[in-house]
Amino acid sequence: MAFSQAEVLAGLAEIVNEETGIATDSVQLEKSFTDDLDIDSISMMTIVVNAEDKFGVKIPDEEVKNLITVGDAVNFIVSAQG
Amino acid sequence: MTQPVLNQYDVVKYSRIYALGAARGDLTVTNDDIAGPIDSSDEWIRQRTGIITRRRASKDLSLMDMAVAASKEAIAKAGIDPQEIGAVIFSTITHPFQTPSAAALLADKVGANPAPAYDVSAACAGYCYGIAQADALVRSGMAKYVLVVGGEKLSDFIDPTDRSISFLLGDGAGAAIVGPSDFPGISPTVWGSDGSHWDAVSMTGSLLEFRDGETSWPTLRQEGQTVFRWAVWEMAKTARKALEVAGVKPEELSALVTHQANIRIIDELAKQLKLPENVVIARDIVTTGNTSAASIPLAMHSLLESGQVKSGGLALEIGFGAGLAFGAQVVVLP
Repeated sequence: MAFSQAEVLAGLAEIVNEETGIATDSVQLEKSFTDDLDIDSISMMTIVVNAEDKFGVKIPDEEVKNLITVGDAVNFIVSAQG
Repeated sequence: MTQPVLNQYDVVKYSRIYALGAARGDLTVTNDDIAGPIDSSDEWIRQRTGIITRRRASKDLSLMDMAVAASKEAIAKAGIDPQEIGAVIFSTITHPFQTPSAAALLADKVGANPAPAYDVSAACAGYCYGIAQADALVRSGMAKYVLVVGGEKLSDFIDPTDRSISFLLGDGAGAAIVGPSDFPGISPTVWGSDGSHWDAVSMTGSLLEFRDGETSWPTLRQEGQTVFRWAVWEMAKTARKALEVAGVKPEELSALVTHQANIRIIDELAKQLKLPENVVIARDIVTTGNTSAASIPLAMHSLLESGQVKSGGLALEIGFGAGLAFGAQVVVLP
């Protein structure tokens, strides 16, 4: 069963919260992981791996650098579900 | 005429680590000392690496000096005659000569001449590779005792402006004496390599490119995110496999001694393994830095010296790094 954009955003917000303590309602589509949420590269990788588990998708290392905003990550996950 | 029957080695059933030795760089380098060229701060480095200080060797303290000091301590504590050492294995990536090996000189300097001696290039997995080989050499009967050293002077191969790995690195050497045992002291080793990620931790150029003026002095670099993902989630699988082949449950461990790469890797790896609270997690990186092949024996030595773990307990040791090479085994603490 494919996750909707809203479900992916909510799930991702939970993962971000667990890794960094950032409130889930701060994790919004237009927010930049680095500039707005102050998430470093190591935390980002932990979030990526947990998102892979949660949504059953593969996010290659070379793709991670393109995930600038939360929306980038949500869109990638939604489309990677096939 | 009858065919003569060959002699072969008489096998030995078990092996164990008899003793460890340690030597660290003579300089204590703070984050403030190195933050300038990478436009960073003490807080940034602590947060991302857990390192407060790292130990580096001054110009006059060589890799060989540290290896000899660590080896002499291990030999003395093991209570063996160095002439009984049947092989010397030196795991290092910072011996500054293509040939001869660092191990041959080390063997001579510690009184083990004419023991067979060779270097192992497996970067941060080098110590676990060395223990695996020592275990095999002892149990096959090829050597009575084996001196295994993981040693690095990484500060010779760093770039002060590099934000990927240089600021993590320190210098030191750790040594172990492996020999025959009445009980199983070293589990089967889970080891391997993945050359499809050969570039994930590597040098900025080759010596030939340096000779031809095509690159500056080659220094270490890494793709941090790729390495982090591999070091935590792939190495968690390797660690679980090592426990399985050892026949040991996580709660039966006294300590987890990982390669001291970065506190974030160590903590996340420990979290993935769901170790109970009584298992001590080695965090020598905080004051020593990342010393590649030396980091596991240095961290284990430190846990034993400080009394955080006791001789006879079980430790899971796991090394991982450039290659990408990895090795893990459970050992009885000396």
